[in-house]
Amino acid sequence: MIVTTSKPFEEVLKELEGEQKVFIVGCGSCATTCETGGEPQVAEMKAKLEAEGKTVTGTVVYEEVCHELNTKRKFRENKEAVEAAEGFLVMCCGAGVQSVREATDKPVHPACNTMFLGNIVRHGNFVEKCSLCGDCVLEDFGAICPVTRCHKGILNGPCGGTDEGKCETDKEKDCGWTLIYNQLEKMGKLERFRRIYGLKNWQANMKPGRVIFERKGGGE
Amino acid sequence: MTVLIKEHAKPSIQEILESGKFLVTGEIGPPKGTDLEEMIEHINLLKDKVHAMNITDNQSSVMRYPSLGTAILIKELGGEPILQVTCRDRNRLAIQADLLFAYTRGIRSVLCLTGDSIPVGDHKDAKGVFDLESVQLLQLIRCMEEGRDVGGNELEGSVKFFKGAIVTPEAVPLEPQLLKFEKKIEAGAQFFQTQAVYDMDNFKRFMEKARKINDKVFISCGLVLLTSPGQIKYMNNNVPGVFVPENLAREMEEAPKEERLNTGIRIMARQIRQLIDEKLCDGVHIMAIGKEDVVPKILEEAGVDITKM
Repeated sequence: MIVTTSKPFEEVLKELEGEQKVFIVGCGSCATTCETGGEPQVAEMKAKLEAEGKTVTGTVVYEEVCHELNTKRKFRENKEAVEAAEGFLVMCCGAGVQSVREATDKPVHPACNTMFLGNIVRHGNFVEKCSLCGDCVLEDFGAICPVTRCHKGILNGPCGGTDEGKCETDKEKDCGWTLIYNQLEKMGKLERFRRIYGLKNWQANMKPGRVIFERKGGGE
Repeated sequence: MTVLIKEHAKPSIQEILESGKFLVTGEIGPPKGTDLEEMIEHINLLKDKVHAMNITDNQSSVMRYPSLGTAILIKELGGEPILQVTCRDRNRLAIQADLLFAYTRGIRSVLCLTGDSIPVGDHKDAKGVFDLESVQLLQLIRCMEEGRDVGGNELEGSVKFFKGAIVTPEAVPLEPQLLKFEKKIEAGAQFFQTQAVYDMDNFKRFMEKARKINDKVFISCGLVLLTSPGQIKYMNNNVPGVFVPENLAREMEEAPKEERLNTGIRIMARQIRQLIDEKLCDGVHIMAIGKEDVVPKILEEAGVDITKM
């Protein structure tokens, strides 16, 4: 899931300076789980903007704002409110914001900061375990990612900053390499730790990423 | 290849170690800025008292005068540098280019480190590079020594370095560190400097384990000068892999304020003597952290004179 946090309301207000009529887009997927752009947050944002004297021409919350065709469809369905708006406030990840960009030429504003691809530990508790490197190494490390869970992304063992299983950058964070060591030891696979990893290909997913699957023949 | 500096004022640390001598090295921390006077003073003070000087590379992720520039300065002043290279601030292109330059300017020893993390330093918003890390850096140098860059292209003139790395004897847990120590040797490390050690019994136990893994690689014990009870408390609470034992903390606490520095000097001198007398390792690496001017005194108290070794 894409983890987002809300920008401070003052920052959102500044973004909307000079635009009186606003249309708000929320996302029924990740931003709903993060409580940054679900129905309740969109309603709250609407009320706060109106209290600041703005006119909210309409709101919409739907699954996967990142789906560009879907977003265009939703904009057609809300044609009147969309056309009345001077700008759009998008309460979800950066992918969603740019999906809205494809659907309009009017100003589009982010209401969130996009943090990471996150695991849900429990309600309201998210952690990053995969950094989308495009060259998965989990097989070799007991299914614990050193690229992501070691702050420095070291592929060959812990740095000297490791301290009783915690990271030098933050005592609340686990040292990824202690986790990997313990896991491999448990599995009787410490020989994987001994193996030297050469330089990683950081361009496996060359920015900006693009994947196009060939459509299989035979109709749908 | 073109080596612009062919005449070396001092023997290399490889020559010292391979001749069986106890290696004595110090450390130079470059300043933040272009006023080099104090650093030059320290270099001049140390160049004949120690076999070589490490130059830290933006130590603790704090931006400073560069390690490579300082290494060349040490060379020009007639000392012997050990170039520290970290992977935090440069990618594989920049590191290789620096190494080509270092080699042509007579740098013979390189200490390979991953580098501290960005948030511990003074540019907390910077992007940490970490394109590679210490083990891969050792491999990268070996690759260059074999005449190719890590892109697989032939070099017009290769490099040759005495390659070093670090190990943390006080790390908890220690086992992963020992495995990494082994990997560093396999990747090409010829000498090690340890992170700060204070508890000599711990160090002895570490050396037994390290020697079981490899009894040929050279190991220098890293010692950091103790200067006050506050510093000891800070290190014990905040510096991972550093542990100052109770008896040393007490010795410092009991010293009158004006005697603290001398107490630190005495402690380190005693430890150096023990390393030599009990043949615990192949050398000592003295980290005086800003108090480089007392290093000659430490060595004098320890009865160490490199000209007579």
